Amino acid sequence: MSMKKLNKIILSCTLILSSPTVLAELNVFTCEPEWKALLDELGKEQVKSFSATTAFQDPHHIEARPSLISKVRRADLVVCSGAELEAAWLPLLIRQAANGNVLPGKDGYFEASRFVERLEVNKHVDRSMGDVHGGGNPHVHLDPRRITKIAAALSQRLITLDPANATLYQRYHTDFEQRWLTAIDRWQQQALPLKGVAIVVHHKDWVYLFDWLGIKLAGALEPKPGLPTTVGHIVKLKNRLKTTPANMIVHTTYQNSRAADRLAQLTALPVVELPYTVGGDARVTNLFTLFDVTINKLLEANK
Amino acid sequence: MFNKQTHFLASTIVLAGMTTHAMAEAKGFNPDISLILDGRYSSISNSSDYALPGFMLGGEAGRGEKGFSLGHNELILSGNIDDMFFSKLTAAITDHESETEVELEEAFIETLGLGGGTTIKAGRFFSDIGYLNSHHAHTWDFADAPLVYRALFGNQIKGDGVQVSWLAPTDLYLKVGAEVTRGSLYPAAGATKEGSGARSLYLKLGDDVGTSHSWQFGLSHWQAEVSGKEASTHEHAGATETPTFTGDSKVSGIDFVWKWAPNGNSREQNFKLQAEYFQREENGNLVLAGSSPLESTSYNGKHDGWYVQTVYQFMPRWRVGLRYDELNANNSGSDADVLEEAGLVSDHKPRRSTLMLDYARSEFSRIRLQFAKDDSYADSDNIITFQYVMSLGSHGAHKF
Repeated sequence: MSMKKLNKIILSCTLILSSPTVLAELNVFTCEPEWKALLDELGKEQVKSFSATTAFQDPHHIEARPSLISKVRRADLVVCSGAELEAAWLPLLIRQAANGNVLPGKDGYFEASRFVERLEVNKHVDRSMGDVHGGGNPHVHLDPRRITKIAAALSQRLITLDPANATLYQRYHTDFEQRWLTAIDRWQQQALPLKGVAIVVHHKDWVYLFDWLGIKLAGALEPKPGLPTTVGHIVKLKNRLKTTPANMIVHTTYQNSRAADRLAQLTALPVVELPYTVGGDARVTNLFTLFDVTINKLLEANK
Repeated sequence: MFNKQTHFLASTIVLAGMTTHAMAEAKGFNPDISLILDGRYSSISNSSDYALPGFMLGGEAGRGEKGFSLGHNELILSGNIDDMFFSKLTAAITDHESETEVELEEAFIETLGLGGGTTIKAGRFFSDIGYLNSHHAHTWDFADAPLVYRALFGNQIKGDGVQVSWLAPTDLYLKVGAEVTRGSLYPAAGATKEGSGARSLYLKLGDDVGTSHSWQFGLSHWQAEVSGKEASTHEHAGATETPTFTGDSKVSGIDFVWKWAPNGNSREQNFKLQAEYFQREENGNLVLAGSSPLESTSYNGKHDGWYVQTVYQFMPRWRVGLRYDELNANNSGSDADVLEEAGLVSDHKPRRSTLMLDYARSEFSRIRLQFAKDDSYADSDNIITFQYVMSLGSHGAHKF
């Protein structure tokens, strides 16, 4: 073997051995597509992100699949909504993955809902109330003002985990925040006609969006959170809407539209399928288009 | 000045974040407590004693009670001990001959994030061999265990000991594990080898195919040096004789599970196919304890069995399931008469077909109706079972 060849081999070996520090890519497991989208803004090429669910899956009910355990095993960071949204599957994934970096309480574990004020916090929770969460409503990503806070905390967390690239993360965050705050102003202007509009929802996924835009909750198709709709409940809802009218019915992509359609037949209200998260509509490819499409669809139905 | 102020503001936000974090941690129950309630009514035609021809029944195995009875009523406590250890205790509260007994189903500690994909578990635990063995009875899709679990494991293999498992750092789920246990609980017995009589090895593979399909495949082996494994007693000429086995017992198995849900959204509809096959070889001696003079024989038992089941959730809350079971036994020994008396000689091939329909009001409550055409023993039977299984409290996530 020539000296040149040997040098080449040694060089490539050194490159392979040192490549982790050169690339410094953070492996991030997210529970929902909205957090993957946020990481793609805040970490860009420094982050390799994966979402355990799609917009077509109910994040309350996910199987603790072998493939997800393997993903958590190799994650540097787990980013989820928290507030018990993933209580039926995430704790088991983490326990089975045997990955000490992503245990609750460690830097590699990030629950988005912990960094914002939560609505519907119940002091006393009883299962007869349905699938309610003691820590409050977990669907926090539907208020962009709350996303601003979560983004700041998440960017900080990326810096903690990968301090070598701190300036890069800071730059990405500043850039995102500027675009985001501008977008919030725009959305708030666009959504002014929605103030005071009353909406029937399928599940109470929307409280943060409604809180932000001043939309009124006119009722839910689920008799109790997490329980499937019944015919009796729909009739009751229809009667209630006679005295307190609503403007429309909304549901997510992962919810069956049967119940919404049935109420629509009885009340002649428009039914709107909202994207809920990134991927929930062909046009929704990131967090910006998520709110663009959501507000457009609501305005459209309110005409 | 401006800088200082923003810095102060930032620190306050960080501090506020930390406080809510700590508060949320303290809010949860510590430990998690849950209660499983299981009751049933069974219509069984036969009144003869139950036996599985060719097999020595033990553990919790049996046909079940006629009429009203209680199933597995369990109190489960679990939680993290500290940042290094998780713990769990399951106490089954059962009635045995009109006395209420508390039986320790599980009592183990387990490492959390030891690193390198390694987990160590110690205490009493269900073995991770096979697919169904490590699943709690309340998560089963039928009211009873498959025949092969009834015949070979006394429903479920558990033991007191240590388990070490390792999860590979690959996209494909690949887990290997080994267990050494005391070997005192059925189907082991006698706590041989200085109290380390049973051991097992297992391998699991799993992955997704697209977003709608996922699967898991497993291979497992369990073996024990058994001393004095007793079968259910039976009357013979006025004296109670208990077939008792001493020798080597080796079990090997293969299991497969495939799950489907449209777009991976199991809430609306889902389908599950599950199949397992186990074979066992036992070599040693058999005595009829209680016989006089003591009757004994050399014993070689070759057993195998399999089941395949499907469960389909056709709409939210409602599921229908179908299961088929089959067993084979081929036993030999120096004294055919003794084997015959022990119920180990038979032409009958145990098999069973089961149909079930269940309704879940929420994920915490389930009511089940099950029909079984039971040919597991010579007297063919049609068994109808009504069952409720409910869980109360901070009930943990279910395994795949």
